[in-house]
Parts: sequence; structure tokens; C-alpha cells
Amino acid sequence: MTKLLKDGKVVSDTWVHVSDDADLPETGGVIVSLARWQSDHNSLAGRKDGVGVRLEAGQSPEEIKDDLAQFGVVALELPKFGDGRAYSYARMLKTRLGFEGEVRAVGDVLRDQFRAMYRCGFDVLEVSADVPAEKLEAAWQDALGEIRYAYQPAYRGPQMVIRRRHAAVAA
Amino acid sequence: MYRYDEFDRAMVLDRVEQFRGQVARRMAGEITEEQFRPLRLQNGLYLQLHAYMLRVAIPYGQLNSRQMHKLAHIARTYDKGYGHFTTRQNIQYNWPRLSDTADILAELASVEMHAIQTSGNCIRNVTADQYAGVTADEVEDPRIYAEIIRQWSTFHPEFTFLPRKFKIAVSGAVGADRAAVRFHDIGLFIVKNDAGEVGFEVWVGGGLGRTPMIGKKIRDFVAKPDLLAYLEAILRVYNMLGRRDNMYKARIKILVHETGVEEFTRLVEDEFKDTQGGELDLPAEEIERIAAYFAPPSYEALEDDPQALTAHRFENKAFNNWVRINVAQHKQPGYAIANISLKPVGVPPGDMTADQMDVAADLAEKYSLDSIRVTHEQNLVLSDVRQDQLFDLWQDLAEAGLADANLDHIGDIICCPGLDYCSLANARSIPIAEQISRRFSDLDRQYDIGELRLKISGCINACGHHHVGHIGILGVDRKDQEYYQITLGGAPGEDAAIGTKIGAAFSAAEIVDAIETVVNTYVGIRRPEERFIDTYRRVGDAPFKESLYDKAA
Repeated sequence: MTKLLKDGKVVSDTWVHVSDDADLPETGGVIVSLARWQSDHNSLAGRKDGVGVRLEAGQSPEEIKDDLAQFGVVALELPKFGDGRAYSYARMLKTRLGFEGEVRAVGDVLRDQFRAMYRCGFDVLEVSADVPAEKLEAAWQDALGEIRYAYQPAYRGPQMVIRRRHAAVAA
Repeated sequence: MYRYDEFDRAMVLDRVEQFRGQVARRMAGEITEEQFRPLRLQNGLYLQLHAYMLRVAIPYGQLNSRQMHKLAHIARTYDKGYGHFTTRQNIQYNWPRLSDTADILAELASVEMHAIQTSGNCIRNVTADQYAGVTADEVEDPRIYAEIIRQWSTFHPEFTFLPRKFKIAVSGAVGADRAAVRFHDIGLFIVKNDAGEVGFEVWVGGGLGRTPMIGKKIRDFVAKPDLLAYLEAILRVYNMLGRRDNMYKARIKILVHETGVEEFTRLVEDEFKDTQGGELDLPAEEIERIAAYFAPPSYEALEDDPQALTAHRFENKAFNNWVRINVAQHKQPGYAIANISLKPVGVPPGDMTADQMDVAADLAEKYSLDSIRVTHEQNLVLSDVRQDQLFDLWQDLAEAGLADANLDHIGDIICCPGLDYCSLANARSIPIAEQISRRFSDLDRQYDIGELRLKISGCINACGHHHVGHIGILGVDRKDQEYYQITLGGAPGEDAAIGTKIGAAFSAAEIVDAIETVVNTYVGIRRPEERFIDTYRRVGDAPFKESLYDKAA
């Protein structure tokens, strides 16, 4: 059963993924594919409980940049853990495109990627592993704390080591 | 050389414990081999034909004697008493046990070394000119920037799952390229612009493998503060647009080729607008901090060609040959750069026993201001040797079987591990290298032949750099038989070129004769003082084809 990790806690999902051939539920936030968003734009836009879009690994957020304000969620698909495009997309959404909603990772999301995902700007991770909530939360704590520092700037996480080094000298 | 500060030390130690946990989870069955694979690969741990193989990074090829002693200790304690220096300034151990690997990483960490990102689809060990800091004509020491790039690329959260592996090389030399810079995913030359500022000329999309390409220059000058911002822009474009549908088309060279260099450059420049001047800005204080570690040691005031050198050269032919062939000019008068060939006759190129590593470490301490370099040609360099001590050094090297005077000659073969170890190989490469080195073991004959770069790969992945050999040999599989194709005319350096396939492949029984035929053909038609590669460029394929294939003649 898929679990939702947000800020290290397992939370319940207020959104539902709706496949392209399924009917939209009356109420509740829905996450649809880019194709459905484009074809059903009129019925989806302005939906009271919100709408999110799910991008496949080859679909850049550039493609939805003009619609971003209408989305509560952008879900980025990782078809397999070795496909790293979503890391750049998450960062693009959060920085260059200034998206203020939730960036979610869906697909092949593994414990050893939690830290990098968190740093790149993912807010929520959909984890399909069949493990108890407490264990998943503990794994998150471990994964985020495994490496103390960071050599690069990122959307979140520790300050870049270069800045710490020279801040220390200046102080 | 660079020393870790508290941050660097913490990063490496944290990584050891992280990996220990990953191994434990694998051994407990909590993660599958498929899930474990990318984790172990990012720590340089491969599963090879017979066993695990651990690849340890030697960033920009620099070692001190303490580190070399540690490499010897690991070879002795956790392996079968030897190690293999690779073409990317790494060392590989061929027989570690999975359960020992975290301990090996901890041993490495104790001397400020690691195996981070020596494999996997991430930014690999950053390589540099092995004469960095000691060669006369150098704009700046490339190790400074290679270390900065090493840190920036370590655990980069965005670039851990690139389409494919990613290799960066840096050189600061003027007019010489000893690091095959144009055959890297990103190649950086340190240059001075018209205003006298030092920065970087950027080449992208070079590489070997099944689609060899010389890199394309996409920028004449990137200013120092922008170095990381520019690299990040390139990597971001590659991460988003590089092909992931076919691993053989996933390197950045294919993206550059298919996109076109102009459009690719435009995309990079567009990203660079975002990254420039932001958090990635490289502060001058950081460059100074790292540069201080690479400041020249305190050399003594000496003269070139002291009597202690010239007298021995006059009296001892073997020593004189070693000096002539293996010793290069140092920027400091009275000092020399001494190459240690790891290509003795009959030994796999780049292999070194633990005892030899200890000797090299001791000699570095005794003669070379504690500095050793590892070269992409699979040799070692003692970078700071007093000329008046060269003779003593040579005697000590000879005693350990490390005084072969064949640098850049036909005995100095680059060779991949091949089918003896590697799960990708089509053919054995080490036995071919051994047979060729035996055939040409007469040093006087090698000197008569002159400079000749011979490189052997056991498969199309080209780890043995055959594409850039003056003579290249590629192992192929023909109906389950090992065959070898010959390419001619490649060159790795400032005159970069990709070799041309000369004709049908030869069997394992024929290949050494064929190589001798190529060499004899050259000797027969060369002009005075003309190197093999220059003769080939002058006359082309025809005479070689004729002597190899025209049996009626």
C-alpha cells in the first residue's frame, strides 16, 4: 500500500490520482495526467477542491509553466529509480518557475533517495514499499541524517560547505 | 597536496557508515540486488566475472606516501597482494569480499581517500595532468580546480542518476595535453584571456566507447567565479535531455551530436543565466584556500645537469636511457619529473604488487618530497626529484623491478582488464599486451621505433583507449573466437585524433605478427626522425593495408 511521506511523517492523502479513462469524483482534489489536463482543461480548471497534474519522466515542467498557478500539486514520475530527470524538474519548479504548490515524487521512490529528493525540492514522496509507518519515518530520519553536510547549494538542506567555511573565517 | 578539513572528513566518514548500513540491509535481504546495485556502484563496487571489484578514486592522480602505503596494505590484507591502476587515475582491487568493503572504505578514509562515485551514472573521479604544478609551461595548477570540482560533484543531489556516467578532466598546461582532455564529457583547459585573466576553456562531448568523438569547444572563456555555475548548467541540460532509452546513446556526446553544438550551447547558456552569480558563485577565498595546499614546496636552489647526474649518464647506458626516456623536465632548476613505468615485460599493464607500492611510497618520501602521481597511461610519476639523486632513485627502482625505460614506447601499453576479469569483455587483452611486450622486449629496438602509443581494449567499451592509440587493438567476438581489430592513427593529446580501422580482424594467434608487420612497415618507410603517427599521417592507410593483407605481394 502506498504511503505518503511529508516532512518525515506518514500522512494521509487528500488527493486522488485519476486515470485518463476514469470519471472525475464529485469532490476532492484530483491529480490527472498532462494529456487529460490538456483535453479536459475546461472541466478541471477552477475545480473547488483543487487539481494537480502528473508529469511523465519525459515531460518537462516547462510544458505547464503558464498553467502552474492553477495546480495544487505537480506530481513527477520516476518510472525507475535510476531515471534522474525528476530531480532537475523538481528544482526547476521550485526555483526558476516559482511554483508554490506541492511537488510530489511518484513511482520508484526508494529510501536511499529521500535525502536527494528532499534537497531538490520534493515536498511529498509517495512510497510504495510495504513497511509500517513507524519504520518508514525512522528510515526518513536515518536517510536525511546520514550525510551531515552538503557541498552544493540546493533548494533545501544544509548550507553549502563553501559558505560555512568562509562564514566561519569571517566570524 | 590537499588536506581534508572537518567538513571533508565528515563527508567521507558519513559515507562509510552509510555504505555499511546499505551492505547490512542487502545482506539481511531488506533490499534486492537490483536495488543494491546503484548504491554499491556509487561506491565503486562492481560485480565482475569472478568476484567483486572495488575501484578507489585517486583524485587528479595525486598521492602521498602514507596513502600509497595504505593502498599496499589494502592489497595485502583484503586482496591478493596486488592492485591495478586504471586509465582514469583510479586503483582497482579485483578480489575483495563484500563483507570487507565497508572496512576497506574506513581504511581509505583514515588517509583521506574514498571510492565515492567511481562508478554509476554520476560524475566520476575528476582527472588532471599528471605533471600539474611541476611542468614549466602551465597557466595554473589544475589540481586546485579538480579538487573544487571533486567537492561540488560529491553527492550532488540533482546529478546522482544521470543518463550515463560523466567524466571531467582538467589541464593547465600550454601546448601539451597529457590528460586526454578532449576525450572527456567535459574537458577544461585553464587559459588566460586577452585581458590577462585566468579562466577555463570548455570542451564538451568527447569520449571513447562504441561511438568515439572528439569534444567540441563550447566556450572560449569561463571566469573563475563562474566555474561551478557553468558546470552545473551543462549537467542540468544533460540530465534533462540526455537520452535514457538506449544506454549506448546516453552519453553527453550523443546529445551534443544530435542536438547540434550550437543549439546545445544555447541551452547551456540559457541555464547559465539562472545559475550565474548565485549560490554557486565560487568565492576567491575558497580558491585561495585550496590553492594554498598546492603551493610549490620549498625547493632548494640547485643547478640543472649537476655533475652527479651527467657523470652517471655518461658511464651507465641503462641509466642514461632511463633518464632520456622516463624523466621529464621540471619547472624548478635542479629538479626532475621521474616516471615509473608500470609496464615491465610480461606483467599486466598498470598492475603493481603491494611490495612495489610500499617501495614507491618509500622512494617518494626519500626522493620526491612525498609526492606521487598516477597517470591515465597507467604509470606513476615521482614529481619532485633532485637531479643529483636521480641515479640513487634509479638504482632503488631497479631493485624493485620498477625501472623499465619504455615510457611512450611500444612497451608502454595501455590495456583494459579484458576477459580475464571483466564481465563486459569479448576477448582477453592482458595476454595480448604481454605477448607484444615480449616480442618488442629489446629496448634498443623500441628506441629505434621511437614514440609509439599502443592501446588495447577487450571490447567496444574502449576502456583501453584503443581509439586513441597510434596503434589500437580492439578485441571482438567472432563465432565465439577471440579476434582483434587494428586501428591506426589515433592520438589522445593536443593532436587529438580517432584511429581508423585498417581491415579484417586477426585471430589471437595472428595479432602479434600483424602488429610487428605494421611496425616494420613504418620502419621501412619513415623519414629520419619521423614518429610513427607522423608517418601514418603522411602516407595514410595504404602501405599498412598492403603489408597486412596483400599476401600475394
